[in-house]
Amino acid sequence: MKIKDDLRDLYQEVILDHGSRPRNLRPLPGANRQAHGHNPMCGDALTVFLKVDKGGLVREVTFLGQGCAISMASASMMTEMLTGKSEAEARALVPAFQAMCTGGKVEESPQDGLEESLERLQVLSGVRQFPVRVKCATLAWHTMAAAVDGTDTASTE
Amino acid sequence: MAATTFYDLDHFRADFPILCQTVHGYPLAFLDNAASTQKPADVITATKKFYETGYANVHRGAYWLSEQATRQYEGARERVRAFINARHVEEIIFTRGATESINLVAATWGQTYLQAGDEVVLTWLEHHSNIVPWQMLASAKGLTLKVVPVDDEGRFLWEAYQSLLSSRTRFVAVTHVSNVLGTILPVKDIVAAAHAVGAKVLIDGCQAVPHMAVDVCDLACDFYVFSGHKLYGPTGIGVLYGREVLLQNMPPYQGGGDMIASVTFEKAHWAGLPYKFEAGTPAVAQAIGLAAAIDYIESIGLSAIAVHEADLLHYATQRLAGIRGLRFLCPAPQQTKTSVLSFTLDCAHPHDIATIVDRYGVAIRAGHHCAQPLMQRFGVPATARASFGLYNTREEADALADALERVRGIFGP
Repeated sequence: MKIKDDLRDLYQEVILDHGSRPRNLRPLPGANRQAHGHNPMCGDALTVFLKVDKGGLVREVTFLGQGCAISMASASMMTEMLTGKSEAEARALVPAFQAMCTGGKVEESPQDGLEESLERLQVLSGVRQFPVRVKCATLAWHTMAAAVDGTDTASTE
Repeated sequence: MAATTFYDLDHFRADFPILCQTVHGYPLAFLDNAASTQKPADVITATKKFYETGYANVHRGAYWLSEQATRQYEGARERVRAFINARHVEEIIFTRGATESINLVAATWGQTYLQAGDEVVLTWLEHHSNIVPWQMLASAKGLTLKVVPVDDEGRFLWEAYQSLLSSRTRFVAVTHVSNVLGTILPVKDIVAAAHAVGAKVLIDGCQAVPHMAVDVCDLACDFYVFSGHKLYGPTGIGVLYGREVLLQNMPPYQGGGDMIASVTFEKAHWAGLPYKFEAGTPAVAQAIGLAAAIDYIESIGLSAIAVHEADLLHYATQRLAGIRGLRFLCPAPQQTKTSVLSFTLDCAHPHDIATIVDRYGVAIRAGHHCAQPLMQRFGVPATARASFGLYNTREEADALADALERVRGIFGP
């Protein structure tokens, strides 16, 4: 059965894999950063947990929640790539990823070490052809930003 | 009966200009009628004609055009009265929609007549718009909300309802038809049982009036509400029916022009019914459009529409049942429901389903359908929902089924 190209772009193998078997989908005992995020339009909700050491380095990231393939895959990939980054680097990825998803301008050149992360996240950029789904892709990232910024909740609205 | 009913579907479809377009290269299959319906040319024309030839503010101008506009607006009210068989035209209040109608009753009747300790009975099948206004009132006044459960087939549990009724029950707010499941509730019996304990009853008829004839006198309900836009009419117009004696003894909802008899800085005297509840310039064109929508569906006949929709429901149920991994949210018997199908797929989230089928021209709703408690009852965060209207076809049900196979093609093994 022929599937349209824009759908193939959105639902790439990597996304289907992360969406159906999300990595780090579990609570994180000893987490010292956490926030709850929700998308009021669709009711999707998730909680992001981070363990940040004294030097400001992200040691571990997990999440709990349920949602569509895009939101699950995005959250799953996020938890994998933040480990080992500084909080500042993690935070800096949020606007860059948001810009990628909306097809907006990426500000300046990203900080060193972020290009590789953004390249890996390119698989999610197919969402820009589906404007109403951008919030699904960015929910986990806004929630992580809220956790790092010390706010309890994030909303995509 | 279906075999003997002539239903000129091609003709009716041609009445809806929006339907003859393609979306993403496929013919539009609009299957989100429980959220809102498309508008027939009669409604569009009536609204346009009013603006082009009859428009002015109502109830004030001592000039010809305002008289014409007032006559048309009041004509629309009479049209609505006849549609639901209310006794008096003064019992028809125009609002912005069913949501405002319910809020009006909560803020006026509820605010005046309910007291701490009183109980308000709802059901698990309610839309948020028939939950939240009562929650707000309950927390402000110390009321208790009681919720009638549903069984695994989404049916209203009569014994549970009766056991919740007591002398403390002062109000029952219940949907006529579930927007998620299509379940038709036994509202006439619900009203009788509530009245037996001295409670008043509001029925949310949004999902009923597009599919079946409603007679508020026969139901004997105290309040009945619905929206225009789900009845093939414009947005921004809704109806509150209330029994005259109740409306007479309720305070106004909003203050302003049009709802007063006289005003001094010391005191205002309220206008009579229905104007007491219609502060400010009303949605005149939308009311006229709603009357045109009622004329239109009655020209086809609600019984003919019901037969057509029952056929679509039966056909679509069969088609979707053949899709591997598809589960209906609840398998209610078809004769007790309207043409709504809520379902999930084992391989894909409802939002992914809706995105993919949209790429093949099929518009369905995904999410919680403003009924999160009901989603919780059935243990799902969201469902996909296809809902059929008077202009839908079996081919559109086929388009949905084919598109769902493509979802499997992407997600499934």
